[in-house]
Amino acid sequence: MLKIHNLHAKVEDKTILKGLSLEIKPGEVHAIMGPNGAGKSTLGYVLSGRDGYEVIDGQVELKGKDLLELETEERAREGLFLAFQYPVEIPGVSNMEFMKESVNAMREARGEEPLSAAEFLKKAKEACKQVHLPLDFLKRGVNEGFSGGEKKRNEIMQMILLEPSLCILDESDSGLDIDALQVVADGVNSQRSPERSFIVVTHYQRLLDYIKPDFVHILADGKIVKSGDASLALEVEKEGYAWLGGKAQEADA
Amino acid sequence: MSEQIEQALSRKYEAGFVSDIESETFAAGLDEEVIRKISAMKNEPEWLLEWRLKAFESWQKMEEPEWAHLHYPKIDYQAISYYSAPKSMKDKPKSLDEVDPELLRTYEKLGIPLYEQQMLAGVAVDAVFDSVSVVTTFREKLEEAGVIFCPISEAVHRFPELVKKYLGTVVPRSDNYFAALNSAVFTDGSFVYIPKGVRSPMELSTYFRINEQNTGQFERTLIVADEGSYVSYLEGCTAPQRDENQLHAAVVELVALDNAKIKYSTVQNWYPGDENGKGGIYNFVTKRGICHTNAHISWTQVETGSAITWKYPSCILKGDNSVGEFYSVALARGKQQADTGTKMIHLGKNTKSTIISKGISAGDANNAYRGLVQMGPNSDGARNFTQCDSLLIGDQCGAHTFPYIESRNPSAIVEHEATTSKVSDEQLFLCQQRGLDAEKAVSMIVNGFCKEVFKELPMEFAVEAGKLLEISLEGSVG
Repeated sequence: MLKIHNLHAKVEDKTILKGLSLEIKPGEVHAIMGPNGAGKSTLGYVLSGRDGYEVIDGQVELKGKDLLELETEERAREGLFLAFQYPVEIPGVSNMEFMKESVNAMREARGEEPLSAAEFLKKAKEACKQVHLPLDFLKRGVNEGFSGGEKKRNEIMQMILLEPSLCILDESDSGLDIDALQVVADGVNSQRSPERSFIVVTHYQRLLDYIKPDFVHILADGKIVKSGDASLALEVEKEGYAWLGGKAQEADA
Repeated sequence: MSEQIEQALSRKYEAGFVSDIESETFAAGLDEEVIRKISAMKNEPEWLLEWRLKAFESWQKMEEPEWAHLHYPKIDYQAISYYSAPKSMKDKPKSLDEVDPELLRTYEKLGIPLYEQQMLAGVAVDAVFDSVSVVTTFREKLEEAGVIFCPISEAVHRFPELVKKYLGTVVPRSDNYFAALNSAVFTDGSFVYIPKGVRSPMELSTYFRINEQNTGQFERTLIVADEGSYVSYLEGCTAPQRDENQLHAAVVELVALDNAKIKYSTVQNWYPGDENGKGGIYNFVTKRGICHTNAHISWTQVETGSAITWKYPSCILKGDNSVGEFYSVALARGKQQADTGTKMIHLGKNTKSTIISKGISAGDANNAYRGLVQMGPNSDGARNFTQCDSLLIGDQCGAHTFPYIESRNPSAIVEHEATTSKVSDEQLFLCQQRGLDAEKAVSMIVNGFCKEVFKELPMEFAVEAGKLLEISLEGSVG
């Protein structure tokens, strides 16, 4: 699904990713943990092609295609989805219009007919129910006046509607109480399939109690410094990041 | 004065202009003679010629206003031709093949049907004339209801009492520099009269008026809604009019008598000039309505064209309980400059006004909102709510807000809210991450920003306005 080799990237003049390599096969869930400032969010932005995040070295392949050659929207249409840590508001544009445009842009890229308003509405209603959002959320402006938890659930709803092949969840657990966390995790788990892969970026092990990862990677100072199975997350929970050595602590500072 | 009248009388039938109407364009320049010629061409009654001459006299004593936030080279009023007769059929393009392909591309994007495209481009083919029968059908239906809707030049002859009674009562002929100029030289425009208690059976649109096509730079529109009547009037064409004329100075007067309601919607998309700011229309328009007791006037405008826009559709809330509304979207991009807003003059008791203004600036454009809310001494219980939002796209453009509030009544309430925002990188990134390209994203964000105004437009107009914004914004994302 995704092959990252020796990825170096910078924001403005600061190099954040310093030789990151990672391979993800279809159906796998990879958790990426690490101290603040290690480059976790940067990885999501670089992969999705955000302006200002410049790749200086390395290769990334998504489903055999050179990802770095593609524009931001082309990457999205190839099936890359980023659930934002801080989703932005778009006043006056309803969730419904926004998602319909989005879903149909993806369908067009796959050579499918656009959904009619009625077909889309049916799907959107189901997705809303899955993340426990009332239906009037479809009429409200994108993220306009949503609470933190509602924004996160809205991101998961979008993921469900877009049916991506690679989902990157950027701290989708931050700021959530335990019930909301459960809803988000249920939403994600419902989408797990042999064809779909996930990168779950999180600071805390807590989320991984609900979304069971196949692999856990520790990212520190722009590199993966340790990989393991789900038990690695528990170790981190117990020990913190100090045991990783000086570099990680530096990054945390 | 009597000397002038005498002159007028003696000159009226001079020279053989009339027979030459089909192809005549006056030589550049403006003097009394030119005004007499215009009046003679239209075979106008004496009182109207006199009215024009008085306007000209005032205009000559006036100074071109410089208070607007606009920069443009001085206009040479003597370099303009003040009368250009409609082109004869043989001068028109024979088919769409002879029309600027760029123009056709835009029509296509707007989803305008072929025969309409031909009409808009002024093609002299039979298809155009097919639509004449459509026009006639509408006219018949309107006449049944007693609604008068015709060119103002025709109304002068057919309904002289009505025209004489109301012309210049809302925008006096010496109101301002451009209104005075218009009063002196106006060529044509629309006249509408809705009789007492009648609800116009359809929305009136200049589109139905095929003969509107070639009215020149100085249109004059007068709409009178008699007691208890209602009319919705749509102005403008959603396709770009690549007009060669540089100066456009129109006047629109609305009269809403007791309990009447007038809804006036404009989608303006005159040629804005090229990317270097060359060419384009200078649009200096005076629009004003007067509301009598319980009357209601609502202005909605979507302004995307013109190199310069100077326009302040206003309401004089004279009667008690009357209501004035102004909903505006003004988009300026490239080198465009817009200075637009409204005036709400509250004279009567319990008068209410609402102003929603959305200014969008992109490229190097400058967009200013200028509004006056005036609460007169007798406007007990009057209320105004103003909301002015500006949206910036890119970092070279400007948004300016000049609200003027004058209250002479302690019980009047005036509220003003203003915001300025940018299309942020985060918003763009979110849209692109969801598979939308940058242009689609910007147009969606801008449409969202304008939603409150678009919902005031008649349904199909709103759709076209949205599309128009999308086309106008093309290429404004770097």
